[in-house]
Amino acid sequence: MPNPKRRHSQRRTSTRRAHDALQGHSLSECPNCHEKKMPHRACSKCGYYKGREVLDVEEKS
Amino acid sequence: MRHKVAGWKLGRNTAHRRSLLRNLVTSLILEERIETTVPKAKAMRPNVEKMITLGKRGDLAARRRAAAYLMTSDAVDKLFDTIGPRFGDRNGGYLRIVRSGWQKGDGAEKAFIELLGSEKVLDEKRQKRSEARAKRVAETKKAMEEAEAQAKAEGGAEPAAGGESKE
Repeated sequence: MPNPKRRHSQRRTSTRRAHDALQGHSLSECPNCHEKKMPHRACSKCGYYKGREVLDVEEKS
Repeated sequence: MRHKVAGWKLGRNTAHRRSLLRNLVTSLILEERIETTVPKAKAMRPNVEKMITLGKRGDLAARRRAAAYLMTSDAVDKLFDTIGPRFGDRNGGYLRIVRSGWQKGDGAEKAFIELLGSEKVLDEKRQKRSEARAKRVAETKKAMEEAEAQAKAEGGAEPAAGGESKE
């Protein structure tokens, strides 16, 4: 079996990983409460989606 | 080529999947709105639409076919008496799926699936629920106060002090 000839330096490792960062979600604004929310989903803060569609968020708090 | 359009298996064998879908469809017809995972909601959608189509036809053969699929006769009655007539002027697309968040534990995406035009029923249900909740809260509060008063009356200084610290 082929094996590595030399140890990788820390720098080599971190240089390789420089492009591995995760991207944040692109969030949209809730038209009802103006919080950031995931697009195409009911707003988790106010429970609204497309005008109504209230989930029971307000009652719990 | 109809590649990649086979539908959903949901990690179950045929009988298990059929039971699951029948249960989901029956619950949705009875409750008008249920919360489930997105793949289950999408998998049940064609079955619900077929049931509603049967409900719109309304003859005896249709009723028997619905009864063969749905789990309870209540659901069959509701399908033919209220839901079928409600969708008389609509050709398909009777359902709405709204993504609502993620499940604790396995992180599955959850969604509400509901019948269109059931907003009124659902609002009434929600109001009833909140009233029941308020009533329950009031009752427990009353019971707690009574218990505290009783404890005070019965056993001198020590339990009374405990009750005060709780408050």
